[in-house]
Amino acid sequence: MSKPSFSGYLRPDGSVGVRNLVAIIPSCGCAQHAARRIAAAVPEAALVDYSGGCGETSADLEVATRLLAGYGRHPNVVASIVVSLGCEGLDAHDLSARIAKGWPPTELLVIQELGGTERTIARGIELAQAFAADAQRYEREPCPISALTVGLECGGSDATSGLAANPSLGAFADRLVALGGRTILPETSELLGAEHILMARAATPELASEIERIVKACERELKATGEDMTGKQPSPGNIRGGISTVEEKALGDVLKGGSTLVIDVLTYGQPPRKPGLSFMDTPGNDLASVTGLAAAGCQVIIFTTGRGSPTGNAVVPVIKVTGNPGTYARMGDDMDVNAGEVIEGKATIPEMGNRIYDMVLRVAEGEETAAERTGHQEFMMLRKGPLY
Amino acid sequence: MRANVLRLHPDDNVVTAILELEPGERLQADAPLPKVDVKQPIPFGHKVAIRPITKGEHVVKYGASIGVATVDIAIGEHVHIQNLASVRGDATR
Repeated sequence: MSKPSFSGYLRPDGSVGVRNLVAIIPSCGCAQHAARRIAAAVPEAALVDYSGGCGETSADLEVATRLLAGYGRHPNVVASIVVSLGCEGLDAHDLSARIAKGWPPTELLVIQELGGTERTIARGIELAQAFAADAQRYEREPCPISALTVGLECGGSDATSGLAANPSLGAFADRLVALGGRTILPETSELLGAEHILMARAATPELASEIERIVKACERELKATGEDMTGKQPSPGNIRGGISTVEEKALGDVLKGGSTLVIDVLTYGQPPRKPGLSFMDTPGNDLASVTGLAAAGCQVIIFTTGRGSPTGNAVVPVIKVTGNPGTYARMGDDMDVNAGEVIEGKATIPEMGNRIYDMVLRVAEGEETAAERTGHQEFMMLRKGPLY
Repeated sequence: MRANVLRLHPDDNVVTAILELEPGERLQADAPLPKVDVKQPIPFGHKVAIRPITKGEHVVKYGASIGVATVDIAIGEHVHIQNLASVRGDATR
């Protein structure tokens, strides 16, 4: 049943990709239109739909540059094109240089230097087509399971997320870690009330303190708003689905990470440094969280959803697992795995974990996810500071 | 008889409905459970008190606090945002 290896694309730096995509990366909102037109014209192109880049704090621009560079160097990406306007706050040359430190080739197109939108689009399409043609030399070959980094996302949660989908994902995560792979547990605001569970599993006292510090900082930010977070965390849909408080959501959410030690704590979008389960400090917002996981180099993301979130990502296949049998019946086109069978007593959590594992390998070997079929490629970047 | 709720931890004072429950229905779980008849309609995925919970007491699910009761809650009552409030996520309290 289980495979020691899977068919992937071995890259020159030793990393392993599961797709061959050409990333089109606008360095600001004003370059988004040209980037979108280039991406729309080339089937292998993936639009990294960034809309910031100007009038932001240096800290936010640094986060954006770091994450966009992560997309450009992603193992599922064979080449990238940065589309810049030319006068934006984000340093597109710096972004391009950071991408160039990786193995995939990259080109920088500056709209103000190339003579406008149409010329940039024409040049971009030409380049993207050439990159896509060149990518055909990559052939799938046996790659170790331990080369996989998998993001553990949840969103549009309901009570079944904590009862079925997340514990099943946890069973998968334990299995991948046992095989030497890497998993990333994101979403800080969804740890409020469950941080003690991760802290107890921290590999060192320093990591436990770091988890506590990050969660406390998040809680301080939330409390500084003076608002009752109910209706945001948990969201109105979470509440209709039976989740009453952020603590209840957190206790269901943390099960995604399985039962292994937390071996590292990562900043937003930071690639994991060692095998095992890492915690990443991200917003609970699904799109911003998935963007961080993608930038960190996850080749596959698993997204549990009780209410039914259809979202995807431009460079990472996102597998949807629902623990709600009704959602699977209603939104089958958007779902990949029906963990609702756990609720119905037709499958156990370990069995469902194995089913997720098999699905991950099939997707890593090229099977399309529901989000890929429907064309979902959402992008959202965390921004902490004001917009000037 | 088929389970209609899940009890996740022995310390829990609430259970979660895995079917739509009607008033008067007896709770059934695979784990040990006191005799509880539900007092109100309970939607799929929502919680029912299996012990009396007094105002200010922690509501416990997964063996951990999910907030505090804002009023006294009787056995068999629906436990949700009308009688349960977050401690960690509410700056207005």
